Amino acid sequence: MAGAFERKIHETLADTRLQQAVYTATGRLKDSRLAVIAPHVLPDYQELRAHAHLLKRHTVDHLDHYLEKFQRNVESRGGQVVFCNDGAEVTDFVLALAKKRGARLIVKSKSMTTEEVDLNEHLEHHGLESVETDLGEYILQLAHERPYHIVAPALHKTRYDVAEILTRRLNAPHETKIEKQTAIARAVLRQKFLAADIGISGANFLVADSGAVVLVENEGNARLATTLPKIHIVVAGIEKVIPRAQDLAVFLKLLARSATGQLLSVYTSFLSGPRRAGEIDGPDEFYVLLLDNGRTKLLPDSAKRQSLYCIRCGACLNACPVYRKIGGHSFPWVYSGPIGAILTPQFMGVSREPSLPFASSLCGACAEVCPVKIDIPRVLVELRADVHQSEARQKRNRLEKLAFRLFRWLMQHPRAYEWAGRLAASLANSADGGWMRRVPVLLNVGPVRAWLSQRDLPPPPSRSFRQLWRQR
Amino acid sequence: MRRAFPRIWPNVWVRDDEGGRLDMSQRVALFVTCMVDQLFPKIGLAMVEVLERLGFRIDFPEAQTCCGQPAFNSGYPEEARAVARHFLDVFEASEAIVVPSGSCTAMIIHHFAELFEKDPTALARVKQLSERVWEFSQFLTVVAGAGDVGAHLEDVATFHDGCHALRELGIQSAARRLLRHVRGLELREMEPAGECCGFGGTFSVKFAELSGAMARTKIEAIVRTGANIVVSLDPSCLMQIQGVLSRAGLKIRGLHLAEVLASR
Repeated sequence: MAGAFERKIHETLADTRLQQAVYTATGRLKDSRLAVIAPHVLPDYQELRAHAHLLKRHTVDHLDHYLEKFQRNVESRGGQVVFCNDGAEVTDFVLALAKKRGARLIVKSKSMTTEEVDLNEHLEHHGLESVETDLGEYILQLAHERPYHIVAPALHKTRYDVAEILTRRLNAPHETKIEKQTAIARAVLRQKFLAADIGISGANFLVADSGAVVLVENEGNARLATTLPKIHIVVAGIEKVIPRAQDLAVFLKLLARSATGQLLSVYTSFLSGPRRAGEIDGPDEFYVLLLDNGRTKLLPDSAKRQSLYCIRCGACLNACPVYRKIGGHSFPWVYSGPIGAILTPQFMGVSREPSLPFASSLCGACAEVCPVKIDIPRVLVELRADVHQSEARQKRNRLEKLAFRLFRWLMQHPRAYEWAGRLAASLANSADGGWMRRVPVLLNVGPVRAWLSQRDLPPPPSRSFRQLWRQR
Repeated sequence: MRRAFPRIWPNVWVRDDEGGRLDMSQRVALFVTCMVDQLFPKIGLAMVEVLERLGFRIDFPEAQTCCGQPAFNSGYPEEARAVARHFLDVFEASEAIVVPSGSCTAMIIHHFAELFEKDPTALARVKQLSERVWEFSQFLTVVAGAGDVGAHLEDVATFHDGCHALRELGIQSAARRLLRHVRGLELREMEPAGECCGFGGTFSVKFAELSGAMARTKIEAIVRTGANIVVSLDPSCLMQIQGVLSRAGLKIRGLHLAEVLASR
């Protein structure tokens, strides 16, 4: 247990202040969600989830069809759709366009997809300035950190942390009131919006039948970022497409409730194509970059494919007892929590962090709250099998594989199973209290040692149930 | 005798106070699970005591071992399938199978079907069998129609919802109802009752520190209730919770529902 993942878990668990901050913040989001999905508030909540699941299943099953339809409709409105295989193609497109138009300053609204391809870092590496305009994202950009949470990127930062960051990075006065901090950021960001050459956004939904990009937000920064600059570039995963505008009635109802416990987000924008004659605002150029980045690899497997149904609401993070302990930065990639644990190995390959799918007690809290009913525990279990297969090819972790082969044999041979159980019990000796410590041999077996590092073991009974049953 | 529900079909009715049971065989086969067999035989004995008190005749098919969940959850489907097949062989002839674990029950009635997705013959056997498999508290409330099983225990208890009993089997209030009928027992709710104790099978040793941290959060919730007993439907949760309680030097006892109901 010496990997980076395990080390970060250990560090986070040791940080009591961070533990408290994350537990409280996720608890608040969790409670807010519960309040707005309660049966007396939203009687058809379960039906909506089923509906959303079926819509996503159909769309992902016919992804090519709906993507082409979306593309046709965007183009008929004067926009352009570009399919990108990976992050490099996204970066290259933006860089080439910026060069052609002489663009220097980019304003961004919050987007996990651009985080996924490290867009800011790449653009800045090539001399462009790319500014996050969502308050949480802006704070993190100033602090040079990744989002901690899919929906609440700066969830781990207290207002005192934020005061310190604003003072250090902007030479702003030390303000611990959130309103004052917002005003500081706003003053900087307004100037950026007005001066920006390009606005980059993500997308919550891509509507195939109208070619519209739907953005959901609470701060209004996405509206400014997508309408003030002359060029608007959307970066979206291919799984964001939905068939019809009417399907938003299902998804919008579920998204805000699951994410923040709002009935609806403050701003819902429908953007389709560049400004047309007679319109007073909107960009001159409108591009939608549709990113694969590993997504199509999930399509062949019917169980794993459901990972693509995710609408990035973050509810599974708030519900997850593991995320609430280890936080977002312990995870090896931008997506954290239960959804991160299934997306990361599938997009990036299981070897990115082979132990990630195992970092779950399979408690099912994620599946219970998922608005599109992704069976996350099931996908995790399948990914565990994938990890074993890749380990087997590399001849790694052979002892565990041998142990499970032995398990299989024993459990098919009741007499051997009984004999093995009694042997273990007699080895362990049934002295009371701390019995394990008297058997140094057993103590040194890895799993036993790991168990005892945290808790005691029950003293082994002198007889198994089947022995007692025979004596009845 | 008060009937809380009108008689719809002969000899079948639902009552809250004492055992009016569904029309089915009185013979019940126990699947005690490997964990109860090897580590907590007293849970098995308690289950026998309660079921016999309610008039059931108990079989214990001796060839039984495990449901295969450890292998399934750890990502060894081949191994899990072999053990699941053994389970099917052993219990094929049993009319009702009672299990003192929400997690093992969920394995059999939900995940066996996933294991044999591509094997129609085995899948048909799974379907046949899984309809006859009952988690212990569900068997008592649904089949035996039991509320009061004649238990008596002067103490204060709190109930821990095991993840799979709660989220995969939907057991929540029925188990509590059985506890409320125990004479002398005061039931206090912990908050949150449905958050995982952190056991998770091999997770508890692969991520021991994390698993321990989750358990300690659970323990805090238990301690806040002031209860002396924490009750669960799952021996594995109890092993985790009891282990951390014991390490913390706390005197709170972990008991399986069957053990509480067997007290008198």
